[in-house]
Amino acid sequence: MFAITTEPIDPRTVSAAVEDERAGGLVTFVGTVRDFSRGRAVTGLHYEAFPEMAEKKFREIADEMRQRWPICKVAMVHRIGDLQIGAIAVVIAVSTPHRAEAFAACEYAIDRLKSVAPIWKKEAYHDGEVWVADHA
Amino acid sequence: MQITVRLFASFREVVGRDQLQVDVAPETAVGDLLAALARDYPRLAAASKATRFAVNQEYVPASHPLQAGDEVVFIPPVAGGGDVRDHD
Repeated sequence: MFAITTEPIDPRTVSAAVEDERAGGLVTFVGTVRDFSRGRAVTGLHYEAFPEMAEKKFREIADEMRQRWPICKVAMVHRIGDLQIGAIAVVIAVSTPHRAEAFAACEYAIDRLKSVAPIWKKEAYHDGEVWVADHA
Repeated sequence: MQITVRLFASFREVVGRDQLQVDVAPETAVGDLLAALARDYPRLAAASKATRFAVNQEYVPASHPLQAGDEVVFIPPVAGGGDVRDHD
C-alpha cells in the first residue's frame, strides 16, 4: 500500500496492510496537523502532491528500507487536500521480525518521505497563508 | 523540441496553470528553462535559486540536459525558510 489519497486515512487499515506471520513487531507512525507552526497559529492546511512521483518515491523508500533491515511489509499513505487541525496527514506502517528494527525503519521512512516526496502544504493563518514544503 | 512542465504549489499559483507545453532547443539545461520562465514570471525569480528539479519523476541537477518529450517538474523551495519539518 503506497498511496496519495484525497480521502481521510484510517491508520488501522494501513497497519493491517503490513500484518505478517513472520513479524514480531509492527510500528505505525501517524502524522497529524498541528495547530502551531513556526510561531504562528495555524487555522487550516492544504496539501498538494505530484501523486505519481510521490508514490514512486514511497516505493523507492521501501526498497531502501529492505536493504537496511529485514522488513516484512511496509505501507505509506499521505493525504492531500484541505485538512483540519488534528486531521491525519500521513500514516506509515512497518513490520519486522523484531521490534527495534520496526521502530528504526519507521523513523527512517518518515524522514525520507519528508526529504524526497514531492508534497507541499499551504498553511492558513488568521492573517494570511503561505506555501511551505512538506519535504525538508 | 517540445517538453512538458508540470507546476505545483507556489509555482502553479504564480503561473496560473498546472501544466505548460514549452518549445526549447535540444540539450537545454533544466535550470536554464526555469531561468527563462522566470523572465516571463518575475515572481518565480526569487524562488528559483532554491528550486529542485525532477525530469521524468527523478531528481536531477540544474545542469541536466533536456530531451524531447521530457516531463519537467520544478520543486518549489520552502517559503519563509526556517525549520519546516512537520508532524515529526
